[in-house]
Amino acid sequence: MLTHYTHSLTSGPRRNTHLLLCWLAFFSCSILEPKKNTATKPEEHADREPKPYAHSDPKIAREIQAEEDEDEASRMFRNQYDTDVTTWSPAGRLFQVEYAMEAVKQGSACVGLRSRTHAVLAAANKAASELSSHQRKVFRVADHAGVALAGLTADGRVLSRFLRSECINHAFVYDAPLPVSRLALRLADKAQVCTQRSWKRPYGVGLLVAGLDESGAHLYYNCPSGNYFEYQAFAIGSRSQAAKTFLERRFEGYNDYTPDQLIRDALSAIKETLQGEKLTSSNCTVAIVGRKDDGTVEPFEMIDNKRIQEIIESMEAVEEAPVAAAESSSMQEDKGTDAAPMDI
Amino acid sequence: MSRRGDWVYENNGGTCVAIAGADYCVVAADTRLSVGYSILTRDHSKICELADKCVLASSGFQGDIKALHKNLAARELLYQHQHNKRMSCPAMAQLLSNTLYYKRFFPYYAFNVLGGLDSEGKGCVFTYDAVGSYERTGFSAQGTGSTLIMPVLDNQLKSPSPLLLPARDAVTPLSESEAVDLVKDVFASATERDIYTGDKLEIVVINKAGTKREYIDLRKD
Repeated sequence: MLTHYTHSLTSGPRRNTHLLLCWLAFFSCSILEPKKNTATKPEEHADREPKPYAHSDPKIAREIQAEEDEDEASRMFRNQYDTDVTTWSPAGRLFQVEYAMEAVKQGSACVGLRSRTHAVLAAANKAASELSSHQRKVFRVADHAGVALAGLTADGRVLSRFLRSECINHAFVYDAPLPVSRLALRLADKAQVCTQRSWKRPYGVGLLVAGLDESGAHLYYNCPSGNYFEYQAFAIGSRSQAAKTFLERRFEGYNDYTPDQLIRDALSAIKETLQGEKLTSSNCTVAIVGRKDDGTVEPFEMIDNKRIQEIIESMEAVEEAPVAAAESSSMQEDKGTDAAPMDI
Repeated sequence: MSRRGDWVYENNGGTCVAIAGADYCVVAADTRLSVGYSILTRDHSKICELADKCVLASSGFQGDIKALHKNLAARELLYQHQHNKRMSCPAMAQLLSNTLYYKRFFPYYAFNVLGGLDSEGKGCVFTYDAVGSYERTGFSAQGTGSTLIMPVLDNQLKSPSPLLLPARDAVTPLSESEAVDLVKDVFASATERDIYTGDKLEIVVINKAGTKREYIDLRKD
């Protein structure tokens, strides 16, 4: 078939088009058609045949089935419009994009908060196993800006590289730092492209972009959908709702907070997401950027472990004092002063 | 002699010198910017701090020099992001050479001297031609006054030949203050006879404590 086609290429334009049309028709029939047939109606899922990998041990097989049913229930959107990112659902939704936003919720927590002059990012470190190091979730993008990410960290790494080169290029051409809102916009436009190409998939990472520019400190959240919003304080990732609840109670005063207070609140918010696990300097990362009162700029930098540990200890000491005095038992932390600070 | 209609370069003059010591490096350049027989400004820096232990001084066509410095500074920032540390002087030396050769057939009209501390903390100086040929030496001078300065440095600093075996250190045994004094003297001499050199001398000294900058007045005629 192919050789016939190439032979005909040499014999004049009219026969070319004729054969090209035939070939296209053949191609679209054979390749494009089958996709439509793989979708099944929702009610057929209930009486599916058992999967080929069903475990021989019936007890374990039941456990696997129970897990799958749970997954089924949580994934409310499983249907025939979710295969392609370029397929709309009848309700006007792009399910692949929404699924990408689910990926963000699976990543470990990150929080960001800002005052008028400083912005802080904090992330809960998660290690794949006790033997491995934890994943880097906070990246410096430029002297005046950085990101914290939750979700597919590989996607986040690639996006950080993109943001870095955007900042460098802007500074090269305009001799000025890229304003944070424009940075967030570039990132959002890049994410949007992946929601409108059939050969791409959305980035599975949510980024908290924090930075300082002429108009003060800013914090943005960029989703895989290409949307971005500015926030006073925000948290993303797994168990971030606990952090968000904490931040909602306190965010109204943040504009006037000192950098130290911001760092404390960021650590407290991360502690909320750890839910019982002890907060130490080895399971969180904190970074800050801002302009001091005298006008000097503190470039975006991770805070070193020693200082974080000192802050954590002083936070625990503050909690200890009223507890010891009032003898209330409900909000009891484990005795920070007695236990060794670094368990790991 | 009339210039071609398509001559895109001009020589803005100036001289750059660098001297490497055991644990310091001195990089100096005058601050006069000229074109033809006129002075454009008496206060223009030819020195660019690329990394904390790496300083570049260039003389020649300032348009190309500005572009070259910007290019290298951006690449250094990228390196910082990727490797989480600043670029070392020998690494920057290779990068500069590659950047210059990249434009082998439309060169940067820049005569460069790169000075700083290497990864062991010893002073190093790299000297370049316009298309990237470079060599690590103990001292160097480039620019319009280089022919007046280089013989004096050769005489005073007695750098061993790079062809000797075993390889000998090219750094001078002079102390930091002696080297700075030598630089001031050679520039004063060059200013006397080179019309493009003068006004002010900018001296940058790099050692393990950091970077220091000093300005000395030169003859303004």
